[in-house]
Amino acid sequence: MGGQTALNLAVQLDELGILKKYKVELIGAQIPAIKVAEDRLLFRDAMKEIGVAVPASGVAKSLGEALVMVGQTGFPAIIRPSFTMGGVGGGIAYNLEEFKEIAGRGLHLSPVHEILVEESVIGWKEFELEVMRDCEDNFVVICSIENIDPMGVHTGDSLTVAPALTLTDKEYQRMRDAARRIIRRVGVETGGSNIQFAINPDDGRMVAIEMNPRVSRSSALASKATGFPIAKIAAKLALGYRLDEIPNDITRVTPASFEPTIDYVVVKIPRWNFEKFPQADRTLTTQMKSVGEAMALGRTFKEAFLKGIRSLELGKEGFLFRRPQFDDAEEEGAPGEEEDAGLRRKLVIPTDRRMWALFRALDKGWDVEKLHELTNIDPWFLQQFKELVELRKTAEMVGLRDMSHELLRTLKRAGFGDGELADILGVDETAVREKRKELKLKTVFKRIDTCAAEFESFTPYLYSTFEDTCEADPTDKQKIIILGSGPNRIGQGIEFDYCCCHAVFGFKREGFETVMINCNPETVSTDYDTADRLYFEPLTFEDVMAVVEREREGNVDVSCVVQFGGQTPLKLALALQEAGVTILGTSPDSIDLAEDRQRFNQLLWDLGIPQPSSGTAISKGEAREVAAKVGFPVVVRPSYVLGGRAMAIVYDVATLDRYMGGAVDVSHDRPILIDRFLEHAKEVDVDAVADESGTVVIGGIMEHIEEAGIHSGDSSCVVPPPGLGDRHLSTIRDYTRRIAKALKVIGLMNVQYAIKDDTVYVLEVNPRASRTVPYLSKATGVALAQVAARVMAGKSLAELGVTEDLTPAGVFVKSPVFPFVRFPGVDTILGPEMKSTGEVMGGADSFGMAFVKAMLGAGQQLPKEGAVCISVNNEDKGEVLPIATGFAALGFTIIGTRGTAAYLRAHGVECSVVFKVNEGRPSLADEIVNRKIALVINTPHGRESFFDDKAVRRAAMMAGVPCITTITGAAAALEAIRALKTEGLDVRALQDYYAAVGAEI
Amino acid sequence: MNAILALEDGTWFQGVSAGAPGATSGEVVFNTSMTGYQEVLTDPSYAGQIVTMTTPQIGNYGVAGADAESAGPQVAGFVMRDPSPVSSNWRAQGTLRDYLTRNNIVAIGDIDTRALTRKLRSAGVMRGVIATGAADAAELVERARHITHMEGSDLVKDVTCAEAYDFETSLADAVTEASFGIPTRRTKHPLKVAAYDFGIKLNILRRLAAYGCHVRVFPASAPASDLLAWGPDGIFLSNGPGDPAAVTYAVRNVRRLMKGDVPTFGICLGHQLMGLALGAKTYKLKFGHRGGNHPVKKLDTGAIEITSQNHGFAVDPDSLPADTRVTHLNLYDGTVEGLRHVDKPLFSVQYHPEASPGPHDADYLFQEFLDEMEKK
Repeated sequence: MGGQTALNLAVQLDELGILKKYKVELIGAQIPAIKVAEDRLLFRDAMKEIGVAVPASGVAKSLGEALVMVGQTGFPAIIRPSFTMGGVGGGIAYNLEEFKEIAGRGLHLSPVHEILVEESVIGWKEFELEVMRDCEDNFVVICSIENIDPMGVHTGDSLTVAPALTLTDKEYQRMRDAARRIIRRVGVETGGSNIQFAINPDDGRMVAIEMNPRVSRSSALASKATGFPIAKIAAKLALGYRLDEIPNDITRVTPASFEPTIDYVVVKIPRWNFEKFPQADRTLTTQMKSVGEAMALGRTFKEAFLKGIRSLELGKEGFLFRRPQFDDAEEEGAPGEEEDAGLRRKLVIPTDRRMWALFRALDKGWDVEKLHELTNIDPWFLQQFKELVELRKTAEMVGLRDMSHELLRTLKRAGFGDGELADILGVDETAVREKRKELKLKTVFKRIDTCAAEFESFTPYLYSTFEDTCEADPTDKQKIIILGSGPNRIGQGIEFDYCCCHAVFGFKREGFETVMINCNPETVSTDYDTADRLYFEPLTFEDVMAVVEREREGNVDVSCVVQFGGQTPLKLALALQEAGVTILGTSPDSIDLAEDRQRFNQLLWDLGIPQPSSGTAISKGEAREVAAKVGFPVVVRPSYVLGGRAMAIVYDVATLDRYMGGAVDVSHDRPILIDRFLEHAKEVDVDAVADESGTVVIGGIMEHIEEAGIHSGDSSCVVPPPGLGDRHLSTIRDYTRRIAKALKVIGLMNVQYAIKDDTVYVLEVNPRASRTVPYLSKATGVALAQVAARVMAGKSLAELGVTEDLTPAGVFVKSPVFPFVRFPGVDTILGPEMKSTGEVMGGADSFGMAFVKAMLGAGQQLPKEGAVCISVNNEDKGEVLPIATGFAALGFTIIGTRGTAAYLRAHGVECSVVFKVNEGRPSLADEIVNRKIALVINTPHGRESFFDDKAVRRAAMMAGVPCITTITGAAAALEAIRALKTEGLDVRALQDYYAAVGAEI
Repeated sequence: MNAILALEDGTWFQGVSAGAPGATSGEVVFNTSMTGYQEVLTDPSYAGQIVTMTTPQIGNYGVAGADAESAGPQVAGFVMRDPSPVSSNWRAQGTLRDYLTRNNIVAIGDIDTRALTRKLRSAGVMRGVIATGAADAAELVERARHITHMEGSDLVKDVTCAEAYDFETSLADAVTEASFGIPTRRTKHPLKVAAYDFGIKLNILRRLAAYGCHVRVFPASAPASDLLAWGPDGIFLSNGPGDPAAVTYAVRNVRRLMKGDVPTFGICLGHQLMGLALGAKTYKLKFGHRGGNHPVKKLDTGAIEITSQNHGFAVDPDSLPADTRVTHLNLYDGTVEGLRHVDKPLFSVQYHPEASPGPHDADYLFQEFLDEMEKK
């Protein structure tokens, strides 16, 4: 169930004899099955045995062997490392140089140092089948998925559609037969698997690509797409149930031993975050680069596709039908041949923006045949896109005023959102909405029922469309709509799904009917049995209002909750309130107050709470003025963003000008925020919950390990805070309470503080659930989001028995997990813009051990011995000295780059010297690759040696050597290693922590 | 061009014409298969019926000669949510729209097929009319109310072959390989199978041929003696349209054939006719089984098969004589899916082991038929 991580662990546990020693039985996929599926060579042989074709391939354990293989397969060649997740380290090589590079990296990254070199089937049609098998060999296909992006793009980076839309029954059944033979041969005795196939569009030749003997991202998607909960059923199968013994929850009368049939179309669109990694190559290959996905359902492909695009929340960049803006035009070159060449390139090389290029090309009149040649996308899909562009043109020609019922109905049935239409027609979204009302075009909802309406459905799992009849059947119960967080992205991930789920549980406990709106298939909030009613819908004003209006037909008041889904629902709060929707909890006005820099400054001023001096600007001139007033360095960022998007620390006027010049989407409503940057300040996060009576309970005070300036999402943090004095702690508690009261917070609130020169400053207040809520809930044993929901539903904290500030049940460290390994060429240095894609928590009795566990969880094994290489900038030299001494005392050898080594030696630390990358060889980077170094401490040296540092950090990352880029981080690592050497690791259940302190779970 | 689908209960749907112009009438049913619209269109068992596909995107991969289950479309009319104007597949020989138009099949698109399906599910299948162009909905509803009921209708006579013929084995190979791969077993000696054509699907003939059988196809009206005179190793009773109880001549012939000991295998209508010949009764289902995802349990092993289904009538298990047992059950609604005679080599299934469209899970039944024949 735990993806590749769990599978790899199972294999390791088996190989080490641990399973045998403790008589642990694996249920579900067995070790031999895992090996056949994961080991490319075994898989290929197994396929041969059962007569299923595979691409020509060979396995290599060295670069030499790999070069022999590629002689046979030719170019382009696919390189796939064995046992890595999401295709990490894989790639497509078009020439020998590329091949050597990718193969070398793949060999290194594979835990068994093995890669598969494979015949390219790039451009072939790509399909997946989600299949299940029980202990009696009963077999069902849950869902077929077609990748719109053909072979060559990782399925996680592909637009996919379910069901498969371009397969004849003959082709589909042949694939189904092969899938059955494969799962049987691989030997998945019970449970679900994902099998990928490629089909040559010219002659129908089919090959099996790979098989995952586990649930996967695609099975989550398939579960949401069909209403058949694959993981849940797989668990029962693993216990020995047969498929026909398990009932189908949705129809109740029929068993799970059937194949879902669907009467709608499902489209999944990946969400990338390349804007956060400007140096990253945006080309999509066999290595997954997206960070999240949105799923949309519609009665037709067009409808699902456009709903999917709008679910991505890309703002104006998301509009497919926009003519290119200035930037794009520049990139594409002057109109004419040069522009065409640019466009052609964008179509041939798949990137995250290819779909937009495709629509641009269609807009310019490029025909389906030509586009198929360039993209290899099946002509059927291209035809659909073409029809959308034609519809857009018609709409534009007619205009809103003269638009007939028939045309608007056609547009809405094709999935055009009110916002998109408004953009096309050059009118306000409200005008489109009014027109729609005038023409009586109302959204209806259909049910996802696994059976295409053959049986009655008992689960209100719904999607919107424009048809004749509505199946929403709203109840007359008191209800609360919870707005979810949309596709995962950096800065807004599963933490908000956690909060939404707990909000549902909380509201249910207070006797409300819960209604969930979300479009992220990777979440628990979009399970049909989490909330009472589920609408799988984009989180836009139009889509949310459609649900609200339908639910109101139950003749009861409908309230919305916007606090739990991150920034996404928050952005809708004011508009919803203006439309007459009751927003539960903290008022949208307070939310706005916290976001509006001027109002917020005034509030803190009135409260007498210090904050870094600041200002806002919408031009270079204004920015310079503000900077002059507050003094450099400054932190600059746009309004209303999450995850520190486009946030930077700026030290001089030139950089500030450049920033303002490059900033997009700046207006009087959304100015650039400029704050004085507090250098070397300690940063602290606080989550609190408040009720209507003004009682405020602090969930936790989290001390960041990295200094202010590194995004809080990228910083490790710890509770309880080890480095804060009682005086600061009580100041923080006092400020938090006063701010919560002033903002009339009902529910959750997060405050970020910085402590510098003995003064506590407020950096930011977010009156909503924050990223750290799940972490604190786990550390304290109190489900904060649930408490908040119940408070919002009218309970007081006293009634809930939550009156004291919470205390953690141990020492808990939260650490971020980064995606750098997927982005060759990207620097791993941390800054104010968040880059992590996940997080882990480690718990223990001491900070050191909790940090060790957090690092382990994040995939970093801290060394117990070996060489520590230190290379720090001049400012950090003084502070690194005690750390170096500490490591030396623990028996580590110390190595330094020239300047650092000289300083350390001068202060009595025995230290050898290593070259920096540009000084000679073997350099520090070489020594890392040669495994001579166990730990790197490297703080940035400023612009001139930037590339040098970057090379070191990348080398360390690729070699799996921990590389610490802050002094505070290094100090934490030292303490951790000390703990590791003296205490040793232990294992404890979270429940045991709670029991020890008598926490209520 | 606009089109209207009107039902006998007074509801009607406005859509667009998606095939030939004109009007057509029949029993409105729905099919839940996600692939295989051409196989559905050309299955003679759909004679007299207006078929609604519940999956919305129809026509995407066009039409191809090899995907036809008979000489051409057999349905009375066709209903889709979103018909494709283009075809995209390496085997495609044309678009669905042209195919429907050329074969004079009236079809409607762009209607709320789910609303229609839910209606048929709760009220049962209904008579209906599709008319293209300017049409009056009320008038069409009235017309729908005057269509002959499916119960009591012998539709077999319209779809069976005129004369006996030998199935040309070579026709089967390309299609078989495209979809099934090579069968695991061929008969040791070519076995002669006499098949009654009540509206036989081509893939049944292809499957029998692929297993090495020499199949001679007889018209539904051929006397049993004609089949026996050929000296067959086995007798096959095919699928077909309409009410089995109305095909009295076929029931009589089957009863005669069963007096001997020639192994006999029936599919769909063939299964119902065998049931009737054995003395059981048949009845009409509320909305039938049409699709490719129905789970059927093989009672002797407990194995589940995902089956291809297309029937509106079923054999009443309470009416079965003592010498006949139920071998397969539908797990959706517990209806009879298979029968076997206790002493004689007679067996039949309600669903479609030849698939096309649908899963191949039940292909083993052809092997069982072979086994029975080889025992002799």
